[in-house]
Amino acid sequence: MEKFTTLQSRAIPLQIENVDTDQIIPARFLKATDKKGFGDNVFRDWRYKKDGSVNAEFALNNDNYSGTILVAGDNFGCGSSREHAAWALTGYGFKVVVSSFFADIFKGNALNNGLLPVQVSEGFLKELLNTIENNPETEIIVNLDAQIISVENSNVSEAFEIDSYKKTCMINGYDDIDYLLSKKTEIEAFENATSI
Amino acid sequence: MSKKTLFDKVWDAHVVDTIENGPQVLYIDKHLIHEVTSPQAFNELEDRGIPVFRPEQIVATADHNTPTQNQDQPIKDELSRKQLEQLSINCEKNNITLYQLGHKYNGIVHVMAPELGFTQPGMTMVCGDSHTSTHGAFGTIAFGIGTSQVAQVFASQCLLLTKPKSLRVSVNGKLKAGVLPKDVILYIISKLGTNSGTGYFCEYAGNVFEEMSMEGRMTVCNMSIEMGARGGMIAPDQTTFDYVEGREFAPKGEDFDKKVAYWKTLPTDEGATFDQEYFLDAADIEPMITYGTNPGMGIKITENIPTEDNASFKKSLEYMNFKAGESLINKPINFVFIGSCTNSRIEDFRVAANYIKGKQKADNVTAWLVPGSKQVEAQIIEEGLKDVFDAAGFELRQPGCSACLAMNDDKIPQGEYCVSTSNRNFEGRQGQGSRTILASPLVAAATAIAGKIIDVTQEIEELELV
Ligand code: SF4
Repeated sequence: MEKFTTLQSRAIPLQIENVDTDQIIPARFLKATDKKGFGDNVFRDWRYKKDGSVNAEFALNNDNYSGTILVAGDNFGCGSSREHAAWALTGYGFKVVVSSFFADIFKGNALNNGLLPVQVSEGFLKELLNTIENNPETEIIVNLDAQIISVENSNVSEAFEIDSYKKTCMINGYDDIDYLLSKKTEIEAFENATSI
Repeated sequence: MSKKTLFDKVWDAHVVDTIENGPQVLYIDKHLIHEVTSPQAFNELEDRGIPVFRPEQIVATADHNTPTQNQDQPIKDELSRKQLEQLSINCEKNNITLYQLGHKYNGIVHVMAPELGFTQPGMTMVCGDSHTSTHGAFGTIAFGIGTSQVAQVFASQCLLLTKPKSLRVSVNGKLKAGVLPKDVILYIISKLGTNSGTGYFCEYAGNVFEEMSMEGRMTVCNMSIEMGARGGMIAPDQTTFDYVEGREFAPKGEDFDKKVAYWKTLPTDEGATFDQEYFLDAADIEPMITYGTNPGMGIKITENIPTEDNASFKKSLEYMNFKAGESLINKPINFVFIGSCTNSRIEDFRVAANYIKGKQKADNVTAWLVPGSKQVEAQIIEEGLKDVFDAAGFELRQPGCSACLAMNDDKIPQGEYCVSTSNRNFEGRQGQGSRTILASPLVAAATAIAGKIIDVTQEIEELELV
């Protein structure tokens, strides 16, 4: 996993609530047996119209917007446990997703793939979305160490929460397997002690 | 001694270690895998040179990406075929039991595992699939995980997790005729909302669940994820023990008796507290139907679509091509799907057959019946339900996830409505541009007969009067 400390980037605003994993990556693209290529199909059915042409209205296709931060509406990532959703977002180049609420499984999947979910208040989210839409060149700064998200050259900022264990993992680029493997002795002792 | 909930008891019995100010190491008893979310986990292990730690605690099936016709022939879609071949290779290499397509135990992972007695009370179970919550019907902590976590369980039979908060939904009273477990859970989600359960593990309590069959309990727990909860649980009782007894992987003889004695200690202690509690009255529940693009957008079949002034709501209705304030009764419907891990057990097909018997499917309707497993399929034939379906013009297909997620050829065409017994009505879930209306197997069967949505409550009353 890549290390994550601080990121400064422009952001793409996605003014949609309840973005579910079927929208992030539709099921028909889940046939691969590796993690590559999902970025090409992220938000597939919103990025392209029914006739296959590009939907210019969709934020990802709007040339005004760019960057590695996705700012989305409330309740992001609900639905299936498919980690392909996280791979699709990282494959497209996103490193941070900001929303006022994340579904549990998505959040875990994101963190396991070096994609930082930043949960902010509804008020802050609104302000952020408006700021980006008014000025797409706005740069957003996400400081994981200090747990602060802010808008460059302004006093707009907010603190965000993250599990301290997960934070250490993100900063050092470790993953859970490394940790669990270091616990083999305890795990075997547990197996021997229980008859469940 | 402090009072514990069912969830506490099972969780606490599986904690291997606790990281200070961090997550816990939770031991996983059973791990279910399927073709879609496992290949990358196998790759990960292979890349890092890590062996699968406890292959005997894993069971694999092929379900998501499988055709529901001509299962004895090679799969036409190349990518699907490769994914299934990869599963076979991975299972063989790692000594994992696989019920491949066509095997008599093959089926949707959440249908076949309970059927085989793989699912038992008091266990921890995971699968790379969010509807793993289904197994909570047995008083099991069961939840969906991502592929990185699949790899973690492969490597260590454990997961790093923070204990979720506890939530209890109690439904007491008498259910009206024609109100099925599916209606109960759709009602709960419509009342509490799609993220009411986020961060929680839910327990369902009350006489409504106590009186439910295991099939019904599975339907309810299945959709816990649809209110955001990682899982749902129902306390194990005699109904549970009777269901488990004698199944392939269930403990036998003295072992079984010992287990039952332990399982009886699991129900929530009187006076235990929950972080959140809801109480609902069974008498308020009626046959339900959804009108929008998330499972919380449900109404009683006799109600009108509500009016709400927000962008998401409007976007949703626009997608469905419905108007705020209108009734769905008499809406013509061309597709009906009875299947998915929510409603593809024998009981669901009995309900449908019972209604369909002696009637004819409407000409405009394509009606697919997709059993959850080979065993359910065999039972449908054995009980003579297939004859009822054939005579009425319904199409009984072979087991799999099918039109629930439309990874295979079973897709609902662009713009068409489908009254479906599955669990998700997201945009495009059943095929690009498809419009899903979630309902019980009874409402689905009635829709297929009428060719449009009808008020089943009326018919049930009439039937009962006769
Ligand atoms: S039937 Fe649908 S919800 Fe159930 S496991 Fe298959 S795809 Fe998932």
